[in-house]
Amino acid sequence: MASTETTTASKAVGPAAVTDSGPGQDLAGLEAGLDALETVQTVRTPLRQTLVRKVLPPLTAVVLVLVAWQALVSFKIVTDPSKLPPPSAVWDEVSSAWLQGTLLDYIWTSVSRGLLGFLLALAIGTPLGLVVARVRFIRSAIGPILSGLQSLPSVAWVPPAVIWLGLDNKMMYAVILLGAVPSIANGLVSGVDQVPPLFLRAGRTLGATGLRHTWHIVLPAALPGYLAGLKQGWAFSWRSLMAAEIIASSPDLGVGLGQLLENGRNASSMSMVFLAIFLILIVGIAIDLLIFSPLERRVLRGRGLLVRS
Amino acid sequence: MATTLAKAAVDGTETTGHAARIEHVSKSFATPAGQQLVLDDITLDVAPGEFVTLLGASGCGKSTLLNLVAGLDKPSSGEISTQGRPALMFQEHALFPWLTAGKNIELALKLRGIPKADRRTRAEELLELVRLNGAYDKRVHELSGGMRQRVAMARALAQDSQLLLMDEPFAALDAITRDVLHDELTRIWRETNVSVLFVTHNVREAVRLAERVVLLSSRPGRVAHEWRVGIPQPRRIEDTAVAELSVEITEQLRGEIRRHGQH
Repeated sequence: MASTETTTASKAVGPAAVTDSGPGQDLAGLEAGLDALETVQTVRTPLRQTLVRKVLPPLTAVVLVLVAWQALVSFKIVTDPSKLPPPSAVWDEVSSAWLQGTLLDYIWTSVSRGLLGFLLALAIGTPLGLVVARVRFIRSAIGPILSGLQSLPSVAWVPPAVIWLGLDNKMMYAVILLGAVPSIANGLVSGVDQVPPLFLRAGRTLGATGLRHTWHIVLPAALPGYLAGLKQGWAFSWRSLMAAEIIASSPDLGVGLGQLLENGRNASSMSMVFLAIFLILIVGIAIDLLIFSPLERRVLRGRGLLVRS
Repeated sequence: MATTLAKAAVDGTETTGHAARIEHVSKSFATPAGQQLVLDDITLDVAPGEFVTLLGASGCGKSTLLNLVAGLDKPSSGEISTQGRPALMFQEHALFPWLTAGKNIELALKLRGIPKADRRTRAEELLELVRLNGAYDKRVHELSGGMRQRVAMARALAQDSQLLLMDEPFAALDAITRDVLHDELTRIWRETNVSVLFVTHNVREAVRLAERVVLLSSRPGRVAHEWRVGIPQPRRIEDTAVAELSVEITEQLRGEIRRHGQH
């Protein structure tokens, strides 16, 4: 039995069989087989699994925090409602602001400022980052300052901005720019620095020089680092804006989330303070979750850089 | 399409008579210990349509020489002339991960000035040439190592250069895939009539592929010996004639390496 098998097998793959089918045909078939064997099948995780793995854990965490908070109040561990209001009091604050129609106004005032400021920072930070990354002299000149600026708390810019520009929206935008531009520029610089030299050489062999090299090779290769910089840039924009809104309040400016927080402190209303803090947190997370994370995931998945656990 | 490439190569012959001419080229690099001579007075011609392998141990400067021919670096002395800009393939596929396989090839066409309307068809023809017909929309990470090198080959051919420089392009592949790609490269070389300068440290590979094998000595790199390989194509890496010549070349290569241990 075993011996018959060996003879048939040797007949099929013996040199005679190979020459009969012609070398071209044989090679194409061999190659197709190798390709099929070695190609990795990528399957996207089903929705239910994503829900269970990604959405359930943070929801559980939030629920646990709320339960703990309610417990602190219910079991009289914290008795002073001006220090820790019950969750229901904060919820009442939400619904009354909603019924008065002011809730969305608070949010929109800040979000529109934040996003517009961020877009301005994007328009300035991107060319700045590119020039710093590519021109050696400029890099030595302002590179260290640019990365140093990142560690300067942007709230420090509020007093000079008020003195230079007065209490208006211009001053808010100035503070956002000073906070976000260094992050965005630095993100692009580190993105460009991390481009594998092989891509640059490959680009040059293909005949890409000067601006075409930058546009077709350097920028797309630096995109992951740039996106990380944008994410951080948004976080800085939002933080700077809140600092500016808390410190500089004026009736002309309208009530954003920062002012809401400051108003709550002035009125000694802890539930209003909590409401403002929650809204600031939620907006910051929502923008990241709705805009930056999907963008980043898309880019990384397209490049096969998203590691599936 | 293969015929147009072949024709271009023939036109090249009429004007120059060589695909690459390397004349008395030396290259040294500045190191903390002083100037280090990497290539010493290399003279080498590649005829149109010829397949030459450069063989040598580590430190023979074969990749440096290829970079010089590709124009990515300048020689310290001597002259290098090529017909147009040579195409270059690396050990790593060097495909751009932000583009699909097809778009990688189209980028090469675009940078060469091919009008947008023609790029797609041309890219698909080139994918067909490397037998990857369905791979146009595939992302680089979705392809196997062998497929990536074939796309890289298609991208290099998209430059429509008369000289293809290859820097150990199959060194990172498994033996079976490498063997298949040897057959593939021989077929494409014969169909397109492109000249190839192929760098490797694998003696069998050099003999399997080349019409001429050039052995470089190490530190500094000099042309130590040259063999014309008369074995008719298609060859196989396990052919007796390939093995016999490989033994001879390996002996010589070992001699070159041994010299470095004798002081």
